[in-house]
Amino acid sequence: MIRTKVIQQPKLSWWEKLYFPEVFRGLALTSKHFFKNLILHFFHSIGLFRRILAAVTIQYPEQKWLLPLRAKTRHRLTQREDGSPRCVACMMCETVCPAKCIYIVAEEHPDPNIEKRPKSFDIDLGKCVFCGFCVEACPEDAIRMDTKIIDTSAYSREAMMLDITELLNPTVGRKA
Amino acid sequence: MISHLVVQSILAAIMIGFVFNLAALHTWIERKQSALMQDRIGANRAWVVLPWKWAAPINWLLMPINRLGLFHPIADAIKMFMKEDYIPPTGNKFLHTIAPCLSLFFGLIGFAAIPFGNTIGIGGRIINLQVANINVALLYIFAVASMGVYGVVLAGFSSNNNYSTLGGLRASSQMLSYEIAIGLTIMGIVMIYGSLNLQELVRAQGQYLFGWIPMWGLIVQPIGFLLFLAAGIAETKRIPYDAPEGESEIIGYFTEYSGMKFGMFFFADYLETIMIACLATTLFMGGWQVPYLMQSGFEFPWGHIINLAPLTVSGLQILAFVLKVLFFCWLFMAVRWTLPRFRYDQLLRLGWHYMFPIALVNVFVTAVIVLWVMR
Repeated sequence: MIRTKVIQQPKLSWWEKLYFPEVFRGLALTSKHFFKNLILHFFHSIGLFRRILAAVTIQYPEQKWLLPLRAKTRHRLTQREDGSPRCVACMMCETVCPAKCIYIVAEEHPDPNIEKRPKSFDIDLGKCVFCGFCVEACPEDAIRMDTKIIDTSAYSREAMMLDITELLNPTVGRKA
Repeated sequence: MISHLVVQSILAAIMIGFVFNLAALHTWIERKQSALMQDRIGANRAWVVLPWKWAAPINWLLMPINRLGLFHPIADAIKMFMKEDYIPPTGNKFLHTIAPCLSLFFGLIGFAAIPFGNTIGIGGRIINLQVANINVALLYIFAVASMGVYGVVLAGFSSNNNYSTLGGLRASSQMLSYEIAIGLTIMGIVMIYGSLNLQELVRAQGQYLFGWIPMWGLIVQPIGFLLFLAAGIAETKRIPYDAPEGESEIIGYFTEYSGMKFGMFFFADYLETIMIACLATTLFMGGWQVPYLMQSGFEFPWGHIINLAPLTVSGLQILAFVLKVLFFCWLFMAVRWTLPRFRYDQLLRLGWHYMFPIALVNVFVTAVIVLWVMR
């Protein structure tokens, strides 16, 4: 026995079936928006009532939407007090990365208290899926995704690679 | 004879210039009006800014046009011309090429019969502000409008694409159904004013009911007016009657068209919209008539008289015609951005079960009233 549920379609009243009155109601609604926004845009162009919005559009490159505090954005490497990278080249992030976009080459650190440091630390943004696992895996709090840079774009695949200098000092609006 | 030809050519140039520019502007109107209705801004990124220092004043002048996005129609035109013109290898090349031309041609020549002003006298010559004064102009316009369906059907057929063919068939059955309704709705107007000549129809609408109500088609044929609007939008194949095109869901008749050929179909659509706007103005809103404006100036029913020069009167009348056409363009655009699309069976049922009988009853009632008044 199949259980069925009969959905009752709302019955149109005689007035609604005439169709024209309902069309005019719809037209009244859209026209209200049209004339309200037309007048508001006119006032905005002469510098009045800027507080009242006429459109919800954000003009992207000029205006930017406030990102949420925890938004995962482009990576950066945190620094020690002397400006050297905090990273100890433990390869945790490279191992956990599901997209395999992190390439670390380790070398010996001159300070005997620290075992290793990265000779090179590259992230291929063309492969990165912004999952944030590298940030979770890092035992030294050396990599973070809090630069608030979201407009990553380039004209070639090579230009999507971030090297260690770029990761230590993220530049806004970087173009290849 | 030659001077007559020259005058008519100038009139035709004026009409074509007006219509073509308005059709190109329709892309802008469509974008901006829909944006305003939906609390958006609309396309505003096609800017023309000259790079040189000395061009600063020109840039300052271009700024409002840039901000309003008025360069988008030009950008569109450039895009259309630069795109690849693709003809499906299995399609019929000749028909595929001629179909958009037919659509555009029949969309355009109907405007010849639209009167956009009363007669004016310049240099001892009386000029009728109408490209072709045809005494059966109304029949001519509807003949031309129904020929427009050939472009659509041939486009669907010659593409050798099943979806396009189905789109063409939908278009033809829709246009044939609504052709009948639209023909019947204007019969009432023809009976009341007693002419098929559009200039005569507009002149007849200058009379006054009870001495003060302008006897426009809208006043004497309200039901006919509503039916004409509904059927007229169906003739233009735009939402809510866009089953032939169905841009996003059901694939339409110009699927296999690209570049300027697609642009021509697009243009023909806008031309048809303007055509219906012009017809609605001429038949139901008094054409170039301004209320209480006589040949010598305003004569208000309460006895006030303002005398005007004949050329001023003509200018006001042409302005009134343009404003009325623009109003109808606005209205059609508002309808297009308000209503959802009809399902195909709903569309045909609306045409045959409701509009056709109501139009028929309207004709009978009008006939009885006209006979009763004439007696």
